[in-house]
Amino acid sequence: MPGRREFLNTLMRGGILAALGLLSGAVIFRSRDGKSCSYGFDCSGCSRSKSCMLPAALEARQTVWQLDMTKCIQCGRCATNCVMSPSAVKCTHAFAMCGYCDLCGGYFKPGTKILTTAAENQLCPTNALKRKFIEDPFFEYTIDEELCIGCGKCVKGCGAFGNGSLQLQVRHDRCKNCNECSIARNCPSQAFTRVPANKPSLMRGLGKERPGTAAKKGGVDA
Amino acid sequence: MYIVRCTSFFLLFLLLPLVTLPIQRFPKPEFETNYTQPSTQIPVPRAELLAYLDVLVLLVALALVSWLVLKKRSRLWVFAMSVFSLAYFGFYREGCVCSIGSIQNVSLALFDHSFVLPLTVLLFFLLPLVFTLFFGRTFCAAVCPFGAIQDLVAFKPQSLGSRLNTVLGIIPYLYLGLAVLFAATGTDFIICRYDPFVGIFRFNASFGMFLFTGILLLSGVFIARPYCRFLCPYGVLLNWTSRFSRRHLTITPKECIQCRLCENSCPYDAIDFPVTDKSPESRPLMVKKMMMLTVLVPFLVLIFGYTGSRMQDTLAGVDYRVKLAKEVMALSKMQDAKAGSREPGAGSRKQVQDDSFEIKAYKASGKTESQVYSEASAVLKKFYLGGWLFGGFTGLVIAMLIAGRMLPVYRKDYVTNKGRCFSCARCTDYCPIKS
Ligand code: SF4
Ligand code: SF4
Ligand code: SF4
Ligand code: SF4
Repeated sequence: MPGRREFLNTLMRGGILAALGLLSGAVIFRSRDGKSCSYGFDCSGCSRSKSCMLPAALEARQTVWQLDMTKCIQCGRCATNCVMSPSAVKCTHAFAMCGYCDLCGGYFKPGTKILTTAAENQLCPTNALKRKFIEDPFFEYTIDEELCIGCGKCVKGCGAFGNGSLQLQVRHDRCKNCNECSIARNCPSQAFTRVPANKPSLMRGLGKERPGTAAKKGGVDA
Repeated sequence: MYIVRCTSFFLLFLLLPLVTLPIQRFPKPEFETNYTQPSTQIPVPRAELLAYLDVLVLLVALALVSWLVLKKRSRLWVFAMSVFSLAYFGFYREGCVCSIGSIQNVSLALFDHSFVLPLTVLLFFLLPLVFTLFFGRTFCAAVCPFGAIQDLVAFKPQSLGSRLNTVLGIIPYLYLGLAVLFAATGTDFIICRYDPFVGIFRFNASFGMFLFTGILLLSGVFIARPYCRFLCPYGVLLNWTSRFSRRHLTITPKECIQCRLCENSCPYDAIDFPVTDKSPESRPLMVKKMMMLTVLVPFLVLIFGYTGSRMQDTLAGVDYRVKLAKEVMALSKMQDAKAGSREPGAGSRKQVQDDSFEIKAYKASGKTESQVYSEASAVLKKFYLGGWLFGGFTGLVIAMLIAGRMLPVYRKDYVTNKGRCFSCARCTDYCPIKS
């Protein structure tokens, strides 16, 4: 009796091991759709799109959450739905494409007549967006990351009236990289995606700058 | 001049576009002073190498705890390890990614080919299962931070009785089934959404979650490890792999002498008592029972499977694509009704203000109505099949439970129930026989 039991146990153990092996094989070497490789490459121009399954599996990258400004509608949920408070999503300024406008659509409330830095003129609810005179008629805008709550009000204004250089981005020094981002599940425009950890930014118009520039711990984003 | 241009743009764009793409409306200024443009700071994520370090820590912890449980048989050391795991995987790593949640990543990766499953996540899923297959649930003993935190508060454990244990024990199966269903359809990660402990590890739980965790931990003083026993979906997988484990913690290192000292030592009701009644049932009765079971199992599977498939709409209603399709449908109905009446202009102006963010995003995305509908119906189809599978699985679980209670057992000694035992090594201290 114990012999038979032991044998059955061994059999089941083998079965479970085989099942786990099959499962891992299936998720590692799954077929690709041929359009985009999930490791951050666009397959259309890639010559090895058919044969890249093995290498891709081996370099299976960590992923992090990022939001795509081409989909975002600045609903404001980024500020409220992150598990962190304040949110790990913050406004980030692509200086390279800023117009340095005097009448900044991201800084001033629509309809502001006299362009002063008075608080009631500012779109930003926390005065996180700073305006500094450079030379006539140009002004520089920087974000005080400590103050920014990621509400996207300035982003909306800048995108509507200006160049769209103010953009919302997940700041990866603050983000906990939740297994399922709690903003992603509530984002109305499905703007959140998992991106390869070595290309963590989806910012537009950065010019020469490449993602991965070391962050200053806290402080002003400039 | 410049200001005039700006102002005219201000007027021009009074009608806010919905998605604000970066467009170079104003040229980059040419500065006359020697102003240097600041560079955009982009923080890098946690180094990828560290994720492999986590896997290494997991591996070492599993090996160490397995050794402590099986060879040293020392509750004290197992306890020390659980404090370490709570500190490392709980408070330092703050809970993500964990083996429990990885069920969802694996399920999604199986069905969605564009989803990346990092190797580390796969390992977090596999390693505890493989260890359990050889050494029993040593992962639960002192590696899982969820188990550790509950183990620390189990001061006054009460026995629940076998019936209550069995009935409540169904919940993890349902939770597992739903979690796989929702993950595989790309709807949601419910294990993460309703994770009671991650908010504690990060000190930022929402009030509702905090309340739930509080209740869970408080009840955990009397009902030891409530999450592990009556919720944890990964526990189901561990339970079944552990039943066939090669080795497993035994209460006594030698022969059981029936001293009954360990009888009440397990806080988790995971010790099976001897059943020495040799021939409790006549042969004809056994045959009758077996026949009943062969009818009962397929019957329950089919009934529950059918019920599950009928719940297709309810289940799929949680999905964002289905929700959107419903909203779009309501919207187009409203517009049709409006088109019938007069004054379309005033109506649509008001409409824009009433739109939910979802509808705004839909309008901005440029998707057509039929695209939204076909996406939703694809999801519904998945939920039809998924409903059958989930229902059938539930039926099977219930049938198995009934079978388990109907079939006779024979047991000479006090032994750990290999499925339910967390290998915490408490009972070993109660056995008078040492080595
Ligand atoms: S939740 Fe989505 S749409 Fe809303 S601001 Fe964030 S990214 Fe944009
Ligand atoms: S308006 Fe909102 S997103 Fe922009 S800087 Fe202020 S807080 Fe940040
Ligand atoms: S992954 Fe978590 S911490 Fe990061 S942005 Fe999303 S909710 Fe916030
Ligand atoms: S049953 Fe689940 S929560 Fe409990 S220790 Fe095991 S894996 Fe962790």
